[in-house]
Amino acid sequence: MIRMAGEHGLLVETGSLELSHRLDAALRDERPEGVVEIVPGPETVLVVAPGADQGRLRALLEEVAARERARTAAREPVEGPVVTIPVVYDGADLDSVAALAGIPADEVITRHAGRELVVGWLGFAPGFAYLTGLDPVLETPRLDTPRTSVPAGSVAIAGPYSAVYPSASPGGWRLIGRTSVRVWDVAADPPSLFRPGMRVRFRPA
Amino acid sequence: MIEVLAPGPYATVQDLGRPGYAHLGVPGSGAADAGSLRLANRLLGNAEGLAGIEFTFGMARLRFLAGAWVALAGAPVPAGPVAGAGMGVPFWVPEGAELRLGAPQWGLRTYLAVRGGIAVEPVLGSRSTDSLSGLGPEPLREGMVLPVGRPEGVIPVDLAPPPEPRPAVLRVVPGPRDDWFVPEALEAMCAAPYTVSQDSNRVGVRLRGPELARAKEGELPSEGMVTGAVQVPPNGQPIVFLTDHPPTGGYPVIGVVRSADLAVAAQLRPGDEVRFTVRRGR
Repeated sequence: MIRMAGEHGLLVETGSLELSHRLDAALRDERPEGVVEIVPGPETVLVVAPGADQGRLRALLEEVAARERARTAAREPVEGPVVTIPVVYDGADLDSVAALAGIPADEVITRHAGRELVVGWLGFAPGFAYLTGLDPVLETPRLDTPRTSVPAGSVAIAGPYSAVYPSASPGGWRLIGRTSVRVWDVAADPPSLFRPGMRVRFRPA
Repeated sequence: MIEVLAPGPYATVQDLGRPGYAHLGVPGSGAADAGSLRLANRLLGNAEGLAGIEFTFGMARLRFLAGAWVALAGAPVPAGPVAGAGMGVPFWVPEGAELRLGAPQWGLRTYLAVRGGIAVEPVLGSRSTDSLSGLGPEPLREGMVLPVGRPEGVIPVDLAPPPEPRPAVLRVVPGPRDDWFVPEALEAMCAAPYTVSQDSNRVGVRLRGPELARAKEGELPSEGMVTGAVQVPPNGQPIVFLTDHPPTGGYPVIGVVRSADLAVAAQLRPGDEVRFTVRRGR
């Protein structure tokens, strides 16, 4: 289903992150005329196109969504670049995550670095990527009291997600480590290392 | 170069923002009332997207370290003591002169364009201050010196009609999540006026009035948001998103303000009353 988001926006319901990523990638590969923003979310893709013919765009989106839905159903592998992030696992909350998970701190590290995560979507702050596919054992709630400042490069966990803080900001995620990789740089093109659909591997540094 | 002697309650450098980065978590930003910035630029023969200053509730003082052509648009403020200074007309500010802006007669945001544009360093292709993410230059403060770009093109002999207050009515296209509310919610939203709350800013106009009751409980997965979206948090009091809105959000959007009415939303002051009307889309 495609919903109107004002005069210039169409919100495509995908129902799954995988289809959001496929649709996002397809639209970026062949960007329809007039499209300014393509914003994937866990179950939607927002397409903003001021000045485009909304009827024609809607028909095109229906067609591309149907094609990508068929690819999902056929279990065609999703392609996406893989990035490896070296991490020094010495975060202030490593022990609390271990305690909440009921495992030793060493195992938090092996479980965090043991799976390939996928960049779900970005939000909260420029370059802040919600990394999905975290080992369920590591799922832990946010801190009751957020920190007033979390340094850039902090590697963190909250709920079913992991993240790397792109810049210093307040934050309530549990810090398990840090990386020297700059995930956000306004001088770079694109400014964010993480883009939706990208696969991420953490490696103990 | 322009020296800020007093920025007034809140002033920022704004152009037309940084579209195209929403999927990386970057707000669109840019002038809240883009039409007024464009007009001020056009009056000077500038490209429409050059950066100017967005004053919130006027009351600012600037010293021009070099002479410059200037134009003002948006919320009408008294301007002086420079000869010829006024709204909607190009005027020359001589070297060393001070330009003073008073409080607007109506509206909230006044735009000052300067021939050549404000030439602070762009970030991701824009010179706009993004009040949500902190991208772009710092808000104006006393003592700050703003560089001015090299003028290009010619000044057209031009004069804009004096701005008139537009009725405080926001036309809304329903959705994308109107089905998250009780069927009467859209009607209730249009039935009585809302009052603009004190905590409104460039992110959004926060409103107080008829509560918009939800039909669905639970949480909406985070999804892309557009400027003009009328987002409804759990307290049922709507927020109209302006240009610094977060690119994604998790509260349902009952409707979206038509782009032609974004200027009306951007000029609402705390305490103002505003009404919604619904135009059925499709």
